[in-house]
Formats: sequence, C-alpha cells, structure tokens
Amino acid sequence: MEALDLARWQFGVTTVYHFLFVPLTIGLGVFVAGLQTAWHRTGKEQYLRLTKFFGKIFLINFAMGVVTGIVQEFQFGMNWSEYSVFVGDVFGAPLALEALLAFFLESTFLGLWIFGWDKLPKRVHLATIWAAVIGSNLSAYFILAANAWMKHPVGYEVVDGKARMTDLWAVLTNSTALAQVPHVVAGSFVIAGGFVLAVCGYQVLKERRSADPDRTVPMRRGAGLAVSMWRTPMRAALVMTAIAGMVVAGSGDLSGKLLHEQQPMKLAAAEGLERDTAGAAFSPVPGVEVPMLLSFLATNDPNAVVRGMEDLQEEYTQRFGPGDYRPNLPVVYLSFRVMIVFGMTTVGLSVLGLWLTRRRRATGPSDGQPAPRGRTLRRRAAGAPREVPAWFARLCLLALPLPFIAMIAGWLLSEIGRQPWTVQGELLTAASVSPGVSLTEVAVSLAVFTLLYGLLAVAEAVLIVRHVKAGPEPAPSVPPASPTGTGGTGDGDRTAVMLQPTLMY
Amino acid sequence: MELTTFWFAVIAFLWTGFFVLEGFDFGVGMLAPVLSRDEAERRQVLGTIGPVWDGNEVWLITAVGAMFAAFPAWYAGLLSEFYLPIVLVLAGLIMRGVGLEWRGKVQHASDRAWCDLGILAGSALPAFLWGAVFADLLRASAPAALAGGAFSLSVCLLHGAVFVALKTSGPVRARARRTAMVVSVVALPAGVVALSGIPSAGTAVAGWGASPWLWGCALAAMAFLAAAVALTWRGREGWAFTATASSIALTGAALFGALWPAPLPGLTVAEAASGPYTLGMLTWIGLIALPFVLGYQAWSYWVFRKRLVAEVS
Ligand code: HDD
Ligand code: HEM
Ligand code: HEM
Repeated sequence: MEALDLARWQFGVTTVYHFLFVPLTIGLGVFVAGLQTAWHRTGKEQYLRLTKFFGKIFLINFAMGVVTGIVQEFQFGMNWSEYSVFVGDVFGAPLALEALLAFFLESTFLGLWIFGWDKLPKRVHLATIWAAVIGSNLSAYFILAANAWMKHPVGYEVVDGKARMTDLWAVLTNSTALAQVPHVVAGSFVIAGGFVLAVCGYQVLKERRSADPDRTVPMRRGAGLAVSMWRTPMRAALVMTAIAGMVVAGSGDLSGKLLHEQQPMKLAAAEGLERDTAGAAFSPVPGVEVPMLLSFLATNDPNAVVRGMEDLQEEYTQRFGPGDYRPNLPVVYLSFRVMIVFGMTTVGLSVLGLWLTRRRRATGPSDGQPAPRGRTLRRRAAGAPREVPAWFARLCLLALPLPFIAMIAGWLLSEIGRQPWTVQGELLTAASVSPGVSLTEVAVSLAVFTLLYGLLAVAEAVLIVRHVKAGPEPAPSVPPASPTGTGGTGDGDRTAVMLQPTLMY
Repeated sequence: MELTTFWFAVIAFLWTGFFVLEGFDFGVGMLAPVLSRDEAERRQVLGTIGPVWDGNEVWLITAVGAMFAAFPAWYAGLLSEFYLPIVLVLAGLIMRGVGLEWRGKVQHASDRAWCDLGILAGSALPAFLWGAVFADLLRASAPAALAGGAFSLSVCLLHGAVFVALKTSGPVRARARRTAMVVSVVALPAGVVALSGIPSAGTAVAGWGASPWLWGCALAAMAFLAAAVALTWRGREGWAFTATASSIALTGAALFGALWPAPLPGLTVAEAASGPYTLGMLTWIGLIALPFVLGYQAWSYWVFRKRLVAEVS
C-alpha cells in the first residue's frame, strides 16, 4: 500500500461525496426560486408555503455542499502537489474565477435570502434567490471547464515541465466542456426532479391516508378532496425532469462522440471493445448485441471504425513508453450502463407521470348531454386535473436513489475511464501525488474525512426525512408584510429590530 | 508594479480580508456559550453572524483559489507541508458550517447541543491553527507556532466579543463587553510576543534596519489592539471594532510583508508564479469583478446593520 493508493481513495471518496449534495443544490435551488417567483406573480399563499418547505430542504442540503466543497479546494494541494504544480497555471484559473465570480455571489445572496424575508422589499428578496442560484450554476460551469481540460487539454503549452496557459478562451470554450456542462447541469435537474417527485409522492400518499383513515375509498383514487397542493409542484418537477432528460440524452450522445475523438480508450473500455472494429455493435446488457449501433453512436456512421483497447494499448506504448494505459475495464463498462439505465429510468418516470396527470379534455354542454351527476363525473366534465395515482406516487418514492446512483456512475466512468492519466496524454496519476506526504498522513486524513462524512450523511438523511414528514408549516394567518411602505419600524434609536425566525433561526 | 508582485499583494489582501471577517465569526462561534444564558440569547448571538459567515468564508476559498492560479508551487507546497494541521482546519470548518446551518432546523434540544459543540470546536480549531501555521512558516519553531496560535485565537475572541457588543443590545451586549475585557488579558501579551516575532523573523537574517515598515506594521497592530481594549472599556463599540479590525489587517500586512519574497523556505515568488499570460488574464477579470463583489458584500452588511435583541417567545 502506497500513499498514492490512499490518496486516490481519498479523492474518490471526498469528491463523490461532495457530488451527492451539489447536484441537488443546483437543481433544487432553481426549483425553489421558481416557486417563489410563482408566489410573487400569483400571490397564492400555497406557493409561499411550498417555497419555505422546499427552501428549508434546500438549505439543509446546501450546508453539506459548502462544507464538503472546501475540502475539494484544498486537497489538490495537499494530496496532489505535483499535479497542482504542473496544472496550476491552467487549472487554477477557473478555480479562482469560480470562487470570485460564483461562490461570493452564491453565499452572500443566500445569506440575504435566508435572513432578508422581512428586511428586503419583496422583489429584491426574490432577486436574491435568483442571484444565489445563478451563482451555483456558474460555479458548475467553471469547475466543469477545469475538469474538461483534464480530459481534453487545450489552450496551453508545456514549458519546463509545467503547463502554461496560452489561451483562456480556448480553455473556457473547450468542446469537451461545452458538452459536459449541459450534461452535468441537466443531470442535476434530473436529480432534483427525482427528489421533488419523491417528496411529493410521499406527501400525496400521506394526504390520502389522513383524509381517509378508514380506507373506505381505495387509495388509488384519493378521497375526492379538493385538488391536492402537491399536484402543482409535482407537475412542475415532472416537466423539469422530462426536459432535463432530453438535454442529458442529447449532450450525453455528444459526449460519446467527443470520446471517440478525444478519449478513445475510455470509449473502448465503456464498450468493452478489444480490437479496432468497423461497424461495431453495442451491447446494452451483456449477451445482447445491436449490430453497428456503437459505430453509429460514436460517429453517426454505422460503418466507422471504433478503436479497441488492445490496439490503443499498443499505440500508446509506442508513443508514451512502456506501461499499462488501460483503465479498470469492469468498473468503466458497468458504470456506463448504470448511468444510462438508472438515469433514464427517472426520466421515463417523469414522462409517464406527465401522461398520467395530463388535463382532461373538458366535455362541455356542447355535446348536448345533460349535466353529469356524481363528483367524479362533474370534475371530468369541468376539465379538472387528474388525480395522481397512488401507485405512481409510490413509484416516485422508490425511484429516489436512481438518479443519484446514475450521477455517481457517470463520474466513475468519466474519472476512472481517464486512468492512468490525470491529464490525458500529459500527466500520469502516479506522477501527480505529493511526494512529501507520508502514507500515515494520508491515512489519518482519509480516516478523519470518512468518519466525519459518514456521520454527517446519516444526520442529513435524518434531518431531511424528519422535515419531509413534518410537512410544510401551516398557512400563516397574516402573510409577511413587505417592509416597503410601512415606514420601517420607526425606531430612530437603532435598537430593536430582530431577525424573524423565518427560515433558518 | 510587476504582475507577480501585484498578485502576491492580491493574495495578501484576500487572506487579510479572511482574517478580519472570519476572525469575528470564529470569535462569535467560540463565545456563544459564554455570552448567552438561554436559547433566545443564543440565537441573538449567532444571529449576528448568521447572514454573513458563509460569505466571509469565501474569502478563504478565494485566497486559496488565487494562490492555486497565481502561485501553484506556493499553494501545493503550503498545503502539503502543513498537511495534518490543514486536515484539522478542514474538519473544523466542516463541523462549524454544518452546525451553523443546521442548528435552526433541528427539533430536539440535544441535537441543537451537537450543533453548538460543532460551532465551538469548529471555530476554535481554525482560529488557533491558522495562527500556528503562519507563525511556524516564519520561524519554524514549536514555541513560535504556539505563540502564533495563542495570539490568533485570543484576537479572534476579542474581535468577536467586540462585534457582539456592537451588534446586540440588552444583557448580551453588556456581557460581551465584559468578556472582551477578560479576553484582552491574554490577547495583549500574546500580541506583543507574536507580533514582534513577525518582523524579527526577517531581521534575524537581514538586520534590524532591513524591515522598518514591517516593524511599523507590527507595532501599529499592537497599538490598535491596546486601543481596542481602551475603547471597549469606554463603551465606544464601533471604534473598538474598527481598532480590532485594523489590528488584524496590520498583522496581515506584516505577515505577508515578512513572507515576501520567499513565501516558503527556498521558494521565491518568482519561481512559484504562473506565466504572465495567466496572471494578466486574471488581473483583468479580477479588476472588473472585485468592485462588484465588495459592493454587494458591503450591501449585505448594510441590510443587516441593526442591532439584534433576543426574541421574546
Ligand atoms: C442523472 C445523471 C445522468 C444521466 C441520466 C446520464 N448521464 Fe452521462 N454523465 C453523468 C450523468 C448522467 C455525469 C455524472 O454528470 C457525467 C460524469 C462526468 C460528466 O461530465 O458527466 C456523465 C458522463 C458521461 C460521459 C463521459 C464523458 C467524458 O468522460 O468525457 C458520457 C459519454 C455520457 N455521460 C453519456 C451519457 C448518455 C449517452 C446518456 C443517456 C442517454 C447519459 N450519459 C445519461
Ligand atoms: C472539476 C471536477 C473534478 C476534478 C478536477 C477532478 C480531478 C480528479 C483528479 C486530480 C483525480 C486524481 C486522482 C486519480 O486520478 O486517481 C481524480 C480521480 C477521481 N475522481 Fe475526479 N475530479 C473532478 C470531479 C469528480 C467528481 C464530481 C467525481 C465524482 C462524483 C469524481 C470522481 C473521481 C474518482 C472516483 C476518482 C478516482 C479514480 C481512481 O483513482 O481510479 N471526480 N479526479
Ligand atoms: C474537485 C473539484 C471541486 C472543487 C475544488 C470544488 C470546490 C467547492 C467549494 C470550495 C465549495 C463551497 C463554496 C461555498 O462555500 O459557498 C463548493 C460548492 C459547490 N460546488 Fe464544488 N468543487 C469541486 C467539484 C465540483 C463539481 C464537479 C461541481 C459541479 C458540477 C461543483 C459545483 C459546486 C456547486 C454548485 C457548489 C455550491 C453549491 C453547494 O454548496 O452545495 N463542485 N465547491
């Protein structure tokens, strides 16, 4: 066991962990901002309650994204000092820009949002959440541009054994980044959508159970109450997930084509292709082969040659010297499929949900029939929305882990598929590690982070579950007044304005 | 000014901003149990930093990110050299951040106690360790590191106590002032030892006259510290806070002055620097963005400028 092995484990553990929370922050933030905008536009109190309910979950999760992100910022220097020295000139720039342009925006405006409910005019307060979520999404862009550079380095030259940036624009508009950013950001919206669906599914089931404790009406139809308050967020999440799903698929396809040009070894491993093959087949699950599909996916030409691992290995040995240039085949092969299947299942679920909850066509009196009797019939006639079937609500709840697993699998494909390189074609992982850091030191930090992260994961899960079970706060009797026009609180002696315990304290 | 010098100054500015801003956050986090007698007061105390602590922490993230971009070898050398202290700093920041964000969202008093513990430990660890790390960087000796840590810890306490006195009213305010006086018993002597250590690290090699302005900064930092105590005593909280902030800022200036031009033993700024192209691009973007960042951060302090009272619940 070398320090290198532990350092790799540490990087994998801390980064995967960071990335459990970050996508939820990215997607849920926009969702919450949308809910608040809906409240602002319509003035319906239901939207305010939903904003606060999902806002609180967002904040619980956000905290984890922040604290685990700080570790990311430091660990390149701690564990990968050789890497940092080699790439700092190029890679450091997007990281610094991310902090300056995105994190300041996000953290400052989120502070204003949390504590500003009764201090800022309504419009300005709404603007603060939008500023914060713009910050989150910007941060994703910068960090992904940095990550994309490692897969496909551009805009640099190597001088004295260090990469020197020659073109910042090329780094920021790297073709790999332009495919990866929409892919990951849309993936984040799939995660957030799946999460909201699970929460709404739970609430729908709970609502039916409590509206009809004796189960006199079958669950699946609901007790025929007024339209549930969870229907709107659920529909919104369904739309969000379905749209994001299309972007994920499109940009994923684009990423695959870029792999063919830029990282053929990763593509070969993802397909388990041994030898260069013309008209290569694709096997979605072992044993099933769709002829020529792989060549078509990789190039749009069913007869094109797709490179195979063994042939690439020979070529790389000649180019870079002896060594094993093949990544871990089973992991890469499997994670590719897990990503697609698990992720697209959630997307499929959203399409199904949209169909199930579509509006009924109003059957007006024009067709000459007498006004229908019975509640259900009357509703149908009015074009009233369809109920969410109970089995679908349950399915949403069960599907919760799928997009998270898909996201992790995607990263395993991306990062492990790049091995043994940290910077494709330029720097090997083995040459990236800090030479002065001992095995014991890495072991200590790995233990500290793993322990801390394990405890916090449990705590966060418990916190979110409790919060979801508690449901939104009851409707406030007086909606919070906007401070404009009330003439302030009139205290000239600058004492005594307290922060309302609106969201955080 | 040539670009590497400029970027060294930018990084010094970012670190110093972090020390000044997060300094009182750390102090408030450590003092919360001392300053409050019940849950309402506890919220009042933590409410003073609630809206701003995360923004303050980004100063650290930006400082480190800028080091990575502008001086990769400095970034890599510092973090891998002080590996274990940095692990503890990170562990502290994790516990603190989660504690601060979650304490208002948990339901049971026992969970809140865990959050409070996280805030306390997570504030004390980095407050001590940053001082120790930088002192050790300058003097490479355990007593110096200890003195540096004691200084940064006690100054954070003082700075935080003064901040709470400035931002609250009622019994908490009175308690904060008294606490500041008590803390100064440690902060003042620690300041004399640690601050005189900064310029003398340089003069040990180059002689007394070599760094007159470093001595100037260090002595002025001590003077401001003393002034802060006197001003707190007289109830001038706004001025007292200005004095502690100035003292920390001058400490930062002296510290980075002493690190110039070799921020790590055997590594000069010129050797550590990124190429002129990268530094030039970063300069343009930084110059355009920084006024906005400073502007909206200042605005957020303005929005939350009023004193807090304990909620009657
Ligand atoms: C909800 C998550 C999710 C879903 C449904 C998908 N992906 Fe994905 N994929 C990711 C989440 C993700 C990711 C975790 O975000 C990755 C890891 C690195 C990256 O850039 O995005 C990724 C990487 C990634 C890569 C590797 C890029 C590289 O390393 O350069 C390819 C080729 C694809 N994806 C292709 C697809 C295709 C063809 C999909 C379905 C039609 C698909 N992905 C669905
Ligand atoms: C901009 C973002 C990222 C950068 C710059 C980055 C960079 C790196 C670096 C430097 C390594 C070196 C260690 C190694 O090669 O073993 C690595 C490996 C790894 N990364 Fe990434 N990474 C990023 C995002 C992610 C994310 C979001 C995940 C997961 C969710 C991830 C998962 C991994 C894993 C599992 C490894 C270990 C691979 C191995 O050692 O076999 N990475 N990455
Ligand atoms: C391995 C490289 C990474 C580094 C150095 C890094 C750094 C950080 C830091 C320091 C924070 C805390 C910011 C704060 O205090 O507000 C953070 C949060 C965040 N990171 Fe990462 N991160 C990495 C990987 C990623 C990736 C791959 C993405 C996105 C695709 C990402 C997106 C975000 C977002 C959106 C946030 C803010 C939301 C939140 O805090 O939950 N990060 N990151």
